[in-house]
Amino acid sequence: MADKPETGRDEADLRLRSVSPTVPALQEWFVREVLPLEATLMQFLRRSGRSKSDIDDLVQDIYVRVCETAAKELPDPVKPFVFTVARNLLIDRLRREQVVPIETMEDLDALNVAMDAPGPDQNVIAREELRRVQAALDRLPRRAREAVILRKVEGLSWREIGQRMGIADRTVNRHLTDAMHALADMLYGDPPDVRRKP
Amino acid sequence: MSENRQSVRAQAAEWLARRDRGPWDQEDQTALEQWLGQSLAHSTAFWRLEAAWNRANRLRAARGDGGNRFLQAVSNRFTPMLFRAAAAALVIGVAGTSAFYAMQPRERSYETTVGGHETLTLGDGTKVELNTDTKVRVSQDRRKVWLDRGEAYFDVVHDAAHPFTVMVGEHRVTDLGTKFLVRQNANRIEVSLFEGRAKLDSTAEWSRSRSATLMPGDVAVATANSLSVMKKPEKAMTSELGWRRGVLIFRHASLAEAAAEFNRYNRRKLVVEDAAAARLTIDGTFQADNIDDFTRLAQLVLGVRAEDRGSEIALMR
Repeated sequence: MADKPETGRDEADLRLRSVSPTVPALQEWFVREVLPLEATLMQFLRRSGRSKSDIDDLVQDIYVRVCETAAKELPDPVKPFVFTVARNLLIDRLRREQVVPIETMEDLDALNVAMDAPGPDQNVIAREELRRVQAALDRLPRRAREAVILRKVEGLSWREIGQRMGIADRTVNRHLTDAMHALADMLYGDPPDVRRKP
Repeated sequence: MSENRQSVRAQAAEWLARRDRGPWDQEDQTALEQWLGQSLAHSTAFWRLEAAWNRANRLRAARGDGGNRFLQAVSNRFTPMLFRAAAAALVIGVAGTSAFYAMQPRERSYETTVGGHETLTLGDGTKVELNTDTKVRVSQDRRKVWLDRGEAYFDVVHDAAHPFTVMVGEHRVTDLGTKFLVRQNANRIEVSLFEGRAKLDSTAEWSRSRSATLMPGDVAVATANSLSVMKKPEKAMTSELGWRRGVLIFRHASLAEAAAEFNRYNRRKLVVEDAAAARLTIDGTFQADNIDDFTRLAQLVLGVRAEDRGSEIALMR
């Protein structure tokens, strides 16, 4: 790694350049097909007994690997592909750590269940969508939630939000940045109380 | 070697926050694209945050009817109950992503699926809003857009030196400082002008001379061998843009027309079985993606019968 940094960078550039013509398509595909799998993906990773920050790391690595392949050709069907990538990365990591609890390896096989289960149909997704955005917003800290509502519903500028809420610009910044993270986690990660409702 | 992942997410949020906060110019855009291009870790982290942040745009639909109560709730003290009431009026759609690409080589195409809705912001601030099942291509200099399929609303930043043109079928719309809607279906092109002025002309060899200058309130309808312009009342003009808020607005529409509109936005189709039912007229504002609600209402108000056949719902007298 340290011996030939220049070559490494060139290769990366080259790869990215060949990817770029399909960037909008790749993004659209990623948002539509891959992000909705995040909740299931995290459930699966959690069963392997990884820590929360480990799981976040793994999810990001999985996204990178998935998109590397997808940039050449969009995999179809998506779900088994994403989970195969997840499985391989998890195995890599367990090997590297050289601590492989037997249950974990067995658990990886339970993955087939997750792969065969039919995804929710579009109607269910649409109905759940409203509930999800709403529930995610409900679960934000009160001030962050207010800031999001002022931004998204009333369409105030960041400055105006500060004036309305009587807080400094950098506090608005903190609330909204926190909200961005929290919304992504709740909308794509696994919010159990939302999913369990009929 | 790989960057700390916490920090990638934090950087992505910083970019998103900076863009959302504004001001945002071409230089910022270039810098963002550079950062995104550095690695797929950057792009995926940004796409994820951006997609979630865009999904919260749905809340904007609460601005109208339920919105006031909603906002009151905020300024006094936030009450989830009130929010729920307002949120019930929200519109659900297939998640769309706002596009932010500029300075890209060649022409690029953008597509929405059935029920989709996407806004492209071109480098100079010109906005192109794509309705359901729509495809456009944008030229490299971003001053020319081909509407290959569907419907799009254009809010153009005027630049006399670089006129903005929309190519649709064998017609060309040239902006003279404008907001306009272009819709293409079957063999018909419709251009509705909301603000400013625009010129519509034919690019077909045999009809070079056919052209019209559109003023606010004008709706031009062009077919292969005709071009007509009519004035529409303001209310009717506004109704045409309901989809931008995720709603369909009908004023004395026949049930057949309403069903055809709903079918543009949904995979499950409404089928009007008999002529008597097709002629019934309907008024009102409906969520474009909620054909179940519409069906219930049609049964209740128009007295039609509905039969759910899975992939389609049949309506009959």
